[in-house]
Amino acid sequence: MRLTRRSAWTATVVGVATALALSACSSGSGGQEGDEPEASASAGALTPVKLQLQWFTQAQFAGYFAAVDQGYYEDEGLDVEIVEGGVDIVPQSVLADGSVDYAIAWVPKALASREQGAGITDVAQIFQRSGTLQVSFKDKGITSAADLAGKKVGNWGFGNEFELFAGMSKAGLDPATDVTLVQQQFDMNALLSGEIDAAQAMTYNEYAQVLEAENPETGELYTPQDFNVVDWNDEGTAMLQDAIWANTERLADDEEYAETTVKFLKASLKGWIYVRDNPEAARDVVVAAGSQLGASHQLWQVNEVNRLIWPSAGGIGIIDERLWSQTVDVALNTRNDQGATVITAEPSDDAYTNEYVEEALAQLREEGVDVDGADFAPLEVTLEPGGA
Amino acid sequence: MSSAPAPAGAVRSSARRAARSAGWAAAAVVLLVVLWEVVKAVVPDTGWHVGEASVLPRTDDVAMPHVWDVVTRLGQPETSAAGAPTVLGAMLQAGWFTLRVAAAGWVLGVVGGGLAAVLMARWRVAESALLPWVVLSQTVPLVALAPLVVGWGGRIEIGAFAWQKWMSVALIASYLAFFPVAVGMLKGLQSPTTAQVELFRAQAASWGRTLVSLRLPASVPYLLPALRLAAATAVVGAIVAEVSTGTRGGVGRLVIAYAQAASGDPAKPWAAILAAAVLGLVAAGLVTLLGLGLGRYRHAEVS
Repeated sequence: MRLTRRSAWTATVVGVATALALSACSSGSGGQEGDEPEASASAGALTPVKLQLQWFTQAQFAGYFAAVDQGYYEDEGLDVEIVEGGVDIVPQSVLADGSVDYAIAWVPKALASREQGAGITDVAQIFQRSGTLQVSFKDKGITSAADLAGKKVGNWGFGNEFELFAGMSKAGLDPATDVTLVQQQFDMNALLSGEIDAAQAMTYNEYAQVLEAENPETGELYTPQDFNVVDWNDEGTAMLQDAIWANTERLADDEEYAETTVKFLKASLKGWIYVRDNPEAARDVVVAAGSQLGASHQLWQVNEVNRLIWPSAGGIGIIDERLWSQTVDVALNTRNDQGATVITAEPSDDAYTNEYVEEALAQLREEGVDVDGADFAPLEVTLEPGGA
Repeated sequence: MSSAPAPAGAVRSSARRAARSAGWAAAAVVLLVVLWEVVKAVVPDTGWHVGEASVLPRTDDVAMPHVWDVVTRLGQPETSAAGAPTVLGAMLQAGWFTLRVAAAGWVLGVVGGGLAAVLMARWRVAESALLPWVVLSQTVPLVALAPLVVGWGGRIEIGAFAWQKWMSVALIASYLAFFPVAVGMLKGLQSPTTAQVELFRAQAASWGRTLVSLRLPASVPYLLPALRLAAATAVVGAIVAEVSTGTRGGVGRLVIAYAQAASGDPAKPWAAILAAAVLGLVAAGLVTLLGLGLGRYRHAEVS
């Protein structure tokens, strides 16, 4: 009797020990795998800086990965850790609560967070253009916002819909009655199957997904000739997207942080310039940084992101006052289908500043770096099935 | 409390039982595959609609790829980049990562849940005070909790110890695993009959003695299903938390990354979903192994 009981308990103990060992294993080595790439081992004298992205590692953030890879941050005395985003990570909130030093966020979303008390300032406007499109098959004949009348119009919601709503309102349509609004998934199957007529898509992501899909009629991939796109930059309702945000309070009170900001911007801009001049190498840097997207999709993304940045009149990162006020205007005055606006009052003066980026640009110009990219020419990227 | 060594016949019959249940499990998989293909063949490509409402989803190759296409995709490289692993290889690697994080969460949840259960069994006051909170804890949606945990964790740094993102994921997994253990074990600890408890009292057994010799053994039939359930929820919690917090290396990340290929390479996202499902089964299976040693307490398992 004693013996059986003991052996029973032994078996249990062995089982529990196995589970413990499994978990110990994960505490031992899991860290390295889940970790972000560290800049360098000789980080002794470097200032540690954390940058929060909006999403997983992908070419949308190629400039920052390139700056790490090329040692630009290190040259400025910074040890930059890039923190990936996730589905429920709001970069501007992470920045406001002090967990990171800088964050990448879209201007309208960041303005909404500011209104809820997040003390953040746009210190560099990396993307000068909006990458949001409304994509439709050619036979639907949708070439402008006005053509959306009577159509099934997809949108992602969650604050991604305001350019579309502003565009429709500007074209004289009432989004509530003149179109059928459809909540869109994050893949493009609904467009391909005809469930929606015009689908929301980012130039650097979902639009590529469409062009990576097979056209069942030809057995080949779809081509841009099969589609019309409505570009909000042309419609005049574009909103500013990826920008580098800093902590407002620390900019004002912490001299060292203000200095670090200039250094961080300088190296980041240099990273983006590297991406402009070496798109293929930039793709490889992003793939090496752990992106699981296909290589042709990544190159497409590098190229499209470059097109959103370059040419950059006045220098990369400068916040264009006209586009800023257009963004604020749409954010203030456009109502979505729930009747909400992005913000309810004009943002305060410290919502953006060109002070730091101008200093960074001056230093770069002094080094003879081309910060405008006036003669930038995009690549012709061939997409593979599934983006492979 | 008397027992004889289990007769050899019982071992053989339990082996036969295991073989039979494995057979049924295999049959269920085959049935699912057949059902998938039949739906695909019978339902029109556009799905079934009653009026405007969609009753059955689309069944074309983009929405529902053939099972064999998904299986073939497993063996092909993840991307065309040089040295890219096969989809199966990437899944195994991600599965191993998530399994370890989920195991850490499971252990944490089981220890926490077990302690809470003992506490609640010891003092009725503790039960009235704690139990509502235990139930309430499960009504907080994971997506609301995940960013908070990451936010708190991001600021913990004690000496050489710095909080890692996977620890947030494990903590969230433990939060889900904790619940079935706390509730199941409490029920088990309270399951001895009044007569049994009074027998211990009559012999002046201490509360601790009663716990070890009566309540704990009696809780086993309740505990084992709770542990299995906890394993499955720990895996789900780990995957959701990975997605939510953007943790690299696990199945959650794979599900999102592969979903981007849904239009151009439809078999790929299904492969990731398959990995998530298999992982849950493996975790529950591992816990079942724990139960093998406790056979003599499992006379009346409650599930």
